[in-house]
Amino acid sequence: MEIFSAVDAVLLARIQFAFTVAFHFIFPAFSIGLASYLAVLNGVYLYTKDEAYLRLFNFWIKIFAIGFAMGVVSGITMAYQFGTNWSKFSDIAGPVIGPLMAYEVLTAFFMEAGFLGIMLFGRERVGDRLHMVATALVAIGTAISATWILSVNSWMQTPAGYSIAENGQFLPESWLAIIFNPSFPFRLVHTLTAAYLTTAFIVGGVGAWHLLRGRGENRLVRIMFSMAMWMAAIVAPMQLIFGHAHGENTLEHQPVKVMAMEGHYHSYPEGAPYHLFGIPNDQEQRLDYAISVPKLGSLVLKADPNAPVDGLDTIPDENQPPVGIGFWAFRIMVGIGLAMIATGFWSLWARYKGKLYSDTWLHRAAFLLSPSGLVAVIAGWVTTEVGRQPFTIYGVLRTADSVSPLAAPAVGASLVAFVIVYFFIFGAGVFYILRLMSKEPKLGDGPSGPAVETPIRTAGITPAQQVEAQGLV
Amino acid sequence: MEISEPLTIAWAGLLVVAVYIYIILDGFDLGIGMLFAFFKNKRERDVLMNSVAPVWDGNETWLILGGGGLFAAFPLAYAIIMPALYAPIIAMLIGLILRGVAFEYRWRTKRWEKYWDWAFIGGSTMATLAQGITLGALLQGIEVEGRDYAGGWWDWLSPFSLLTGASLVAGYCLLGATWLNMKTDGDIQVRAQAIAWKAFVATLVFIVGVSLATPFLETAYYQRWFTWPGIAIAAPVPVLVGWVSYLLFRYLVQEKREVSPFLLSLMLFGLCFLGLGISMYPYIIPTEITIFDAATPFKSQIFMFIGAIILLPIILIYTAYAYYVFRGKIDPDKGYH
Ligand code: HDD
Ligand code: HEM
Ligand code: HEM
Repeated sequence: MEIFSAVDAVLLARIQFAFTVAFHFIFPAFSIGLASYLAVLNGVYLYTKDEAYLRLFNFWIKIFAIGFAMGVVSGITMAYQFGTNWSKFSDIAGPVIGPLMAYEVLTAFFMEAGFLGIMLFGRERVGDRLHMVATALVAIGTAISATWILSVNSWMQTPAGYSIAENGQFLPESWLAIIFNPSFPFRLVHTLTAAYLTTAFIVGGVGAWHLLRGRGENRLVRIMFSMAMWMAAIVAPMQLIFGHAHGENTLEHQPVKVMAMEGHYHSYPEGAPYHLFGIPNDQEQRLDYAISVPKLGSLVLKADPNAPVDGLDTIPDENQPPVGIGFWAFRIMVGIGLAMIATGFWSLWARYKGKLYSDTWLHRAAFLLSPSGLVAVIAGWVTTEVGRQPFTIYGVLRTADSVSPLAAPAVGASLVAFVIVYFFIFGAGVFYILRLMSKEPKLGDGPSGPAVETPIRTAGITPAQQVEAQGLV
Repeated sequence: MEISEPLTIAWAGLLVVAVYIYIILDGFDLGIGMLFAFFKNKRERDVLMNSVAPVWDGNETWLILGGGGLFAAFPLAYAIIMPALYAPIIAMLIGLILRGVAFEYRWRTKRWEKYWDWAFIGGSTMATLAQGITLGALLQGIEVEGRDYAGGWWDWLSPFSLLTGASLVAGYCLLGATWLNMKTDGDIQVRAQAIAWKAFVATLVFIVGVSLATPFLETAYYQRWFTWPGIAIAAPVPVLVGWVSYLLFRYLVQEKREVSPFLLSLMLFGLCFLGLGISMYPYIIPTEITIFDAATPFKSQIFMFIGAIILLPIILIYTAYAYYVFRGKIDPDKGYH
């Protein structure tokens, strides 16, 4: 581990945090959306008594169980990393963000965990109604959890409602101002919508895959594809509006971040162009090989093609975030957003023409886009977080002043351990998920009933075997 | 900066309760993870795992409350303890990851099942050892300068912390085995009883060992245990440990009862925990930082306190309900046809 002695402990701590949190977020993005989808499927089943929805519920809940487990274990790591790697930050910001995170545990994590067991294994034991309540509570829990943690993160982006004590700690002045800080509503709406879109495209992608395999007559496949495409058609355009509002809010509160996202090294007193493409060059402070639309930047940001826009040249060097990463991450996210919108409209057209289940090109596109939500959420977070640099609490606390007094070899060793364990463990998990997805969901002629059996009752036989024995898969 | 003394003490109390609940709940399910090694047959392993599958996630949430609560109520202590115990904490997290995913993965594959079984055993053992070492390292003291950890990254390693690590392994095995004694019958139950007996003896030996070593770590502990007035509060603890141990022996070995050995093991843990509290109070980082030094300001304390007082009883109720739903013996034969 001596090799790490030469490396900056701050850099290693940042890499470790970025790696573990990005890994973590992949799973919440999926489980927030899927929990709601499962609640809807179960609700429709109970209301219509149409067994197809029960089968779909049983198909997706096994996938959910794996994804949720990975979300939980990678989340516990996050809760401890604030202390292990960012102890100065924890000490100083603890009085403000600590209580918010404690509320997250009390209002969300316990609820999710407490009812998960009943949702997965309890249908037979508690009956359909209570099982529906448990399923809904898990879904609500995931959204509450997102609310608190996004409030924390938003406060770090746009701090409000605090004062600073003699010992350097942040003191809460107004909890309402802290929780509902300026960027929180925008971030909450945008991120929850992102989670729903992510899930919709995964569900749609799985449906598309089965359709491409010639399973277009299977009603379950049709239902899943159709539901996902409705989501895409309705929610993806909404996301463009939410995202745009989020960006305008960022322009107001974190203008430097927007300069970096847009590659605006220089000020444009007579209206800024929009750079569609370019290679940011921080050294020379310019965008190489830029392909730009004149005036469009001002139009998007300020709704006026001639509005003046400040650039990074107005900001001292030591307060500038890196441009390259944010510039590209932002374009990837928006590009995916536009592709999702296009897919949604395409599906409406195909539906209108009665070709929703036979338009193979639509199915290919949907299949191709199935992981795109995950890529977009990570790209979105990278934009947000890198754009906040060099601060952890925007404009107040620097990243370099947040880090734990740890030796580089300690952080390096743990980073290596995390990378190995995560790739191995989560690689296996993703493989199992993909395998479950690739099995055709069937209406089957076996006995109906819950696929994931009460473990107590079927102890000794794996739920998977049970399911296969009953011909449910 | 303004703090409230009663609220600080209340918060310390709440955290102690949260950590205690964590230790007994995740204690038995980490214990089951370690006992996996002694039950080789697939059917037995299925039973073991199914006995905790619906509740393990809820059990682990208390650990998040412990860490999150420490962060929220005593941020300074959190900021010093976490880097000081960096290696054991990271090891615990990785152990919990390995065992947590095994709950789902082992049902999804035949070829790899035995590897996930090993991840379950290894992860559980690693997490338990790391928790015990964390405790020992905290008790033996942490070097602090100003508001920062000032020691090296191997400071946590000592004969004492290894002793507490091993003690926790024995203790969690006892919890796991008495849990199985309650939740299973037939052959598994008989073997669980035999294991429980051995784990019980080992736990007692370790309790005595740790108790003898602790007072000599810091003069403050010594005074608390062996001088007036500390001794008046402290003395009943070993007496009660003796009494609970006697009952445990009687019910577990002689009368072979099913439920009471588990409850008595919980009490044994509770008493050890009480003893620890007596040693440490009012320090949160022994002899460097008291709970009052580390407390978060009044406005943060009260904001969280209101929520905790309302929410914790609700949480306890639905947690109890989840246990109630999955009550009773595991029946390995059901569903086999
Ligand atoms: C927008 C949503 C979101 C974001 C930004 C984060 N999480 Fe998360 N987290 C969730 C949404 C979520 C969730 C949906 O509630 C999870 C995912 C799967 C699950 O089991 O719950 C979860 C699980 C989860 C758990 C396990 C809870 C349990 O046992 O049920 C912990 C301790 C954390 N997270 C902590 C964090 C921390 C410290 C984060 C920031 C650095 C973080 N999460 C980012
Ligand atoms: C789950 C979604 C999130 C993702 C994907 C994410 C991503 C990132 C990335 C990529 C970085 C590294 C930036 C850099 O070093 O240049 C980072 C840093 C950081 N983020 Fe986030 N983040 C997320 C949520 C959060 C939340 C919710 C919080 C606060 C509660 C948070 C707090 C931090 C802190 C303290 C740093 C360290 C400072 C730094 O390394 O720059 N993040 N995050
Ligand atoms: C369609 C056009 C979109 C626009 C205009 C847009 C706009 C933005 C902006 C401006 C930010 C940064 C805000 C800040 O850091 O202050 C952001 C962040 C983010 N975006 Fe998007 N976005 C779009 C699509 C998407 C899509 C499709 C997804 C995922 C499915 C997504 C997921 C995210 C996430 C997870 C973040 C980080 C959290 C946050 O700051 O809200 N976005 N988006």
